[in-house]
This record gives sequence, C-alpha cells and structure tokens, in this order.
Amino acid sequence: MIRVQTEDFDTGSELEQLRERCAGQAGAVVCFVGLVREFNEAETVLTMTLEHYPGMTEKALGKIEQEARRRWELTDAIIIHRVGPLVPNDRIVFVAAASAHRKFAFQACEYMIDTLKTRAPFWKNETTPEGSRWVEGN
Amino acid sequence: MIRLRYFASLRETLGRGDEQLELPEEVNDVSSLTRWLQSRGKVWECALSDSRLHVAINQEVVKPDTPVSDGDEVAWFPPVTGG
Repeated sequence: MIRVQTEDFDTGSELEQLRERCAGQAGAVVCFVGLVREFNEAETVLTMTLEHYPGMTEKALGKIEQEARRRWELTDAIIIHRVGPLVPNDRIVFVAAASAHRKFAFQACEYMIDTLKTRAPFWKNETTPEGSRWVEGN
Repeated sequence: MIRLRYFASLRETLGRGDEQLELPEEVNDVSSLTRWLQSRGKVWECALSDSRLHVAINQEVVKPDTPVSDGDEVAWFPPVTGG
C-alpha cells in the first residue's frame, strides 16, 4: 500500500493496521520513520517544504513496493510519504515490511527506503536563517 | 500538442512549471526537444545543460534518445531528495 499526503500519520495506528492485515501470516514487522532534522550542513533548518510530481510519485512508490514484494516473501508492505510544508521533528516518511522471517522484513524495509531516496520524485526545499535553498544530495 | 513539466529548482529558474506546445517539426527525441528549448535564450540554454537533470516521458524516466510523440507529457527535474 502506498500513500502520498500532506497530513501527518500515526505510526502506532499504521503498524497496528498492518499487523491486523497480516492475520497470523507474519513473524516480523520492520519499520522506518524519517524525520525533519533541525540542522543540515551546519545550518539551522526553520521549515522544510516537499515538492513532488503528482502521478509519477504514486507510480514510482508503487513500483518500489511491488519490487520489494517480488524480491522478498512479504506478508504486507507500506510506504507513506508526506508533501507540503513541514517543521523540524515532523514525520516525513513511513516504510514498513512484514514477513514470515525477520531477515526478509529488515532487507525489504531497507530496500524500500533506499530506493525511494533515489527514484521517487520528491524534492526538499529548506528555509534557514539565510533564506531558502533546494537540498542537493540526499 | 505536448505537455512540458519542470520541477523544483529548475521550475524556479525557468519561471514556469507547466506548459503546452505544438510538437516542433525538428523534434523527434528527448535530446532534440531539449536543444529546441535551449534555443529560447540564455537561461534555458544554461538551466537545461545541467547533466544531472533527469527526464521523464509520461511519468517514466527515459534516456536522451527516447522518442517524443504528440500527446506526450515530458518532464525535466533535478536529482530527487525525498525520504
């Protein structure tokens, strides 16, 4: 399941719903939560705005989820990514993988977040005391 | 008609994020379309010469020699920084 949204998500509730969908088939759930840092390259970050390419974003995330399901035996997989204005400590992204075996869940979770960072069309713009700038490199 | 999209820093540099135009006669692939856009002036020539830019046709990342056809949506964007 993939979702792109401006509103926050509840990590506890997402994990609980994922657990319920597994219906006894999973032995492990691994999740990753990405947060907005209040510093980047020695500068204070006041706000961060995430731009994306609506349509292509959903396709790219869907492909990443499908590829993870193809490579590992997953009971469930989920990617949630926020867009729009955020502030330090806000949640940006949630990735979780459930599998019968913990090794598959760990590997699939890492694959999904690593691949998302190089393939999904999101761009971060930070506001610092010096002004706004596009984040380069990730 | 083709639809052109520009994102993030490129959108800001070019001063637009979205436009439509008749497919120029001399354009048959991504690199000839990029060259055609670069002929619009210095800002376009410079911004689109950045070798780090990615191009997508109909929301799939493509290569410079990928053909462009009438009805396509073509997007240029800098390296992604999500997650």
